[in-house]
Order: sequence, then structure tokens, then C-alpha cells
Amino acid sequence: MFSYCTDPSTLEGLTWLSCYLTTGKHMGFYMSFLTVLALLAITAPTALAFGFAGASAARSRIAPIRWLGKGYTAIVRGVPDIAFFLFFVIALDQGFEWMRHKVKCPDWDEPIRQGADFIVCQSAKLPLSASPQWVHETYGFFLAVLTFAIVFGAFASNVIFGAMRAVPRAQMETAEAYGMTQRQAFWRILVPQMWVYAVPGLSNLWMVLIKSTPLLFLLGVEDIVYWARELGGTKNARFTDYPHGDWRIWYFTFLLVFYLSFTRVSEIAMEKLMKRLTRGQATTAGEAQRKATA
Amino acid sequence: MSACIQTIQDYALRSVGIGERLLPKGEYTLCEHFTLIGSGMIWNIYFAVTALILGFFFATVLALGKASSNNWLRKPSEWFIFLFRGSPLFIQFFFAYFLFLSLKQTSPLFDGFTAASVGALIVLFLNTSAYSAEIFYGALQSVPKGDIEAADAYGITGKTRFRRIVWPTMLRLAWPAYTNEAIFLFHATTLVFFSAFPAWQQKGDALYYASYFADKTFNPFIPYPILAMYFIMATLVIVGLFGAINRRLNRHLPQEARPKLKLRPQIIR
Repeated sequence: MFSYCTDPSTLEGLTWLSCYLTTGKHMGFYMSFLTVLALLAITAPTALAFGFAGASAARSRIAPIRWLGKGYTAIVRGVPDIAFFLFFVIALDQGFEWMRHKVKCPDWDEPIRQGADFIVCQSAKLPLSASPQWVHETYGFFLAVLTFAIVFGAFASNVIFGAMRAVPRAQMETAEAYGMTQRQAFWRILVPQMWVYAVPGLSNLWMVLIKSTPLLFLLGVEDIVYWARELGGTKNARFTDYPHGDWRIWYFTFLLVFYLSFTRVSEIAMEKLMKRLTRGQATTAGEAQRKATA
Repeated sequence: MSACIQTIQDYALRSVGIGERLLPKGEYTLCEHFTLIGSGMIWNIYFAVTALILGFFFATVLALGKASSNNWLRKPSEWFIFLFRGSPLFIQFFFAYFLFLSLKQTSPLFDGFTAASVGALIVLFLNTSAYSAEIFYGALQSVPKGDIEAADAYGITGKTRFRRIVWPTMLRLAWPAYTNEAIFLFHATTLVFFSAFPAWQQKGDALYYASYFADKTFNPFIPYPILAMYFIMATLVIVGLFGAINRRLNRHLPQEARPKLKLRPQIIR
């Protein structure tokens, strides 16, 4: 990176460190933080949408849709989430390949599951075996995002379902008295009012989502945990210009600090948001705010 | 049927190193799936039960520390709780493993700590202590003022007041949330062998074997539902057990005032 970094073995102290921390591999490490942030940025709204759909379905008056919504909310109870992560990554991949196989190769007559193999025709492979490396990586990331969204959508669905029920019944009755249809009352009365009840649960979920990002490592994405292990391991002078001992503990200290500050900052931001949302609401906190300003 | 009994004899205690050394090969039967994954549950139960019991006492101490007016007691408790609740358990496992690894080089005292049975247990113990302490602290803050005034009026003070009035009420109020914590912790034990701690001689927990089968057969639709079934059963046992304790804690209350256990969905830590 810097001009004086051509021969690291002669360097010492901070100059050495400045060169060491700007190697190409470290750049990969820093980029992986962006991967984590990208995952959060994509997953959070997707999971929210899944959750909203799930909660709306669970309130439906049509029984099969209601069962679907309730079932979706219920899948996350009782079973460890890591099991879901490990399960969905393979299951989604095989599901996609199976569907493409049915569409692209209708005249394939061999069974897909042969003993310990899962065989689909060449053109149904995802991603195609001829595609470049970045396509494989993006596909892996996409699967991870979808897995996160499904699991967290179920959590969010539970929170939103509770929030919808917390909206005072009288509000909906008033809407009906004004002659609003079921749909109008839902969108104009229920949804705007439910957020204040949902935010505490959702902010808790956001913390949990932040704290679950290291699980990307289990899903085979080259995330910060992967790089911290990779970079921290003992480096021999024969293979690198920057030999060092086992520094993994320092890298993980750094990750620990990263997560602690991230959750702390989120906590403060959530408190601010909550304050903003309670303004003018018919809740204890909203009433307290009104009195404080009055 | 007899083949299955043979499998159970061979593999029921495989996760703790008793029985057949080699894991089954080739075509896996359903029986092998059930036996081996069930065998792994021994580890999950060991981690959860030990960490919960040890953590319960430490959590009480931490909660009292956090509620204390003394800065020297409050600050460390607050920091401890923040440290363990603010960071991912997954990173904590990695951190602890590498910490024990470097401590091992300085002193032979730490030799055993890199094994999952000790090292991971310490992490789980500290983690559940922090989460439970936060629950207990919240309950401690909501002990009714009248209860304490009544105790004062009867001349019950100091340790006796804590042991006979404050602590039982705290437990009573905290119990529904603590039940959830117990369930989450039980689920969190599946992380142990997926973080840094190695499964020595393929002695792993239930998820370790489930993912072993999924890797070998490339079919996630059999091992993971089996795992789910085991965990749902275990969760029901926890709910039953904690429900019984909840009933005992609330036995003096009138029937309709007794709080019911309400389970929230499990959350990753």
C-alpha cells in the first residue's frame, strides 16, 4: 500500500504495523465488514416484509391462509435456529435446482436422489458450473440472505402479530362505525398504529440480527469470522512477508469490540426512534411525553 | 428390528466415547439417524443443565450487584452483563477458545480448558449468567414496595428479609422470562461444536451428528427434522419442569392472579 512497504522485514513498530494492516488480505478482511453490513441492509427489510406477510396471514379470515401464517410463526418455536440455518441453506439450494430441473429437463428419467448424490441435469445446476467465481459467491450470499430472511421473518411475524392485537379494539370499531371496509380499516387504522407496539420487539430483533451475523460463517460465506481466523493464524516466514505467531485472539478481540459498539449504537438509536414514535400516542410513554412538554 | 437394537447398543453412547468407534458407513438407516442424533443430545443436556444450575447462582449475585448503590459493585456487574449480552455467543466461543489456547502455553493449569466439555461450558455459564442476571435485575426492580414495607413493619431486615421476602418474590416475578432463557440456552448449546471447539474423535452434539448425516447423504430432509423432534421434546420437558416450579412459587396467590407461563419464540444470542 505505502511506498516504504517494499521490504517489510526491515521495518519495525508502527511502520511495520501500518504495512501489515494494509496488505491485500487485510483489505479482504475490511471488505467482509461491508458484506456483513450488506447482509443486514438487505435482510432487515426483507425479514420485515416476510414478518408482515406472516402476521397478516395469521389474522386472515380464510382458514388455510391463517394456518399457513400461524404455522410459519410457530416453526421457530422449540427448534434451535442454527439448525434452521444449516437446513435452509441446503434445502433452498436443492429446491431451486429441483424446480429448474423440472422445467429445463422434462425428459430426464433418472431419479434425482441416487444414494448419497443429488443429481440434476447440467443446465439446471445453480450456478452453472461454467460461471465465474463471483457468481458462485453471489449465489452463496443470496442463499444466506434468504435463509436469514425466512428465519427472522418468522420472529418478526410473531412480534407484528402481537402488535396488531395490541392496537385498542375501539380503534377498529370506530373505523367500522365510519363505514370503512375491512381492508381500509386494516391499512388506515391498524397498520399505522401498530408500529409503536411493534418497535420494542423489533428493536430487540434487530439486536439479535446483528448478533447472528457471524453465523454467515457457517453458511459458507467469507465473512469477518472467516477472515479473522484466516489472518490471525500463525504465519510462517516462508510463505509471507509478515510472519507472526498465533494472533487469532487479537482479531477476535477486535470483532468483540466491533459487535459491542454496534449493538450499543443501535440501542441508543432505537431509544431515539421509540421516543419519536410514542409522540402523540395513547400510551403511558406518550402521555408522559405530553406532560413533559406541557 | 434386531439390527436396530444392535445399532442402539453400538451408538447410543457414541457421543461420549462408549461403543463403536467408527461412525456408520454407506447407506444410513433411519435407526442410525435416530440413535446417533439422540446420542448427541447427551452433550446438549449436559451443557444446558450444568450451565443453568451454576449460572442461576451467579446471576443472582450479578443482579444484586447491578441493583446495588455501591459503584464498586454496580459498575463491574453492569459491564459484565453488557459484555456478554452485547456480543454474539458465537464470537464469545471463538474468543474463549483462542484465549484458552494461548493461556495453555503459559501454564499447564489450562490444559483441560480447550476441550469443549470445560471451555465451552465456562462460556455458556458466563453467558447465561449475564442474560439471567438482566432478567433477575428487572424482577428485583419490580418487587412490590408494600412487600418490603411489610417486612420492615415485622422487623425482618438484612439477610433474613432478602432470603424470605425479596428473593422469593424476585424469582416469582422473573420465572416466566427465566423459563424462556432456559429454552434459549438449551438451543444455544448447539453452537458449541460449530464454533471453535473441536469435536474430538467425532464426539459431538446432536446438531453435529445431524449435519454429519446431511453432509454425507446430501439430504437435509431427514436428519434435521429428527433433530427438531428431539429438541421439541426437550423443550416440552423444560416447559413442564419450569411450569411445575412456577406453580410452586405462586402457590400462595389466589387462583386467578397466578401468572401463566407464556412462551415467546426463541431468539438467537
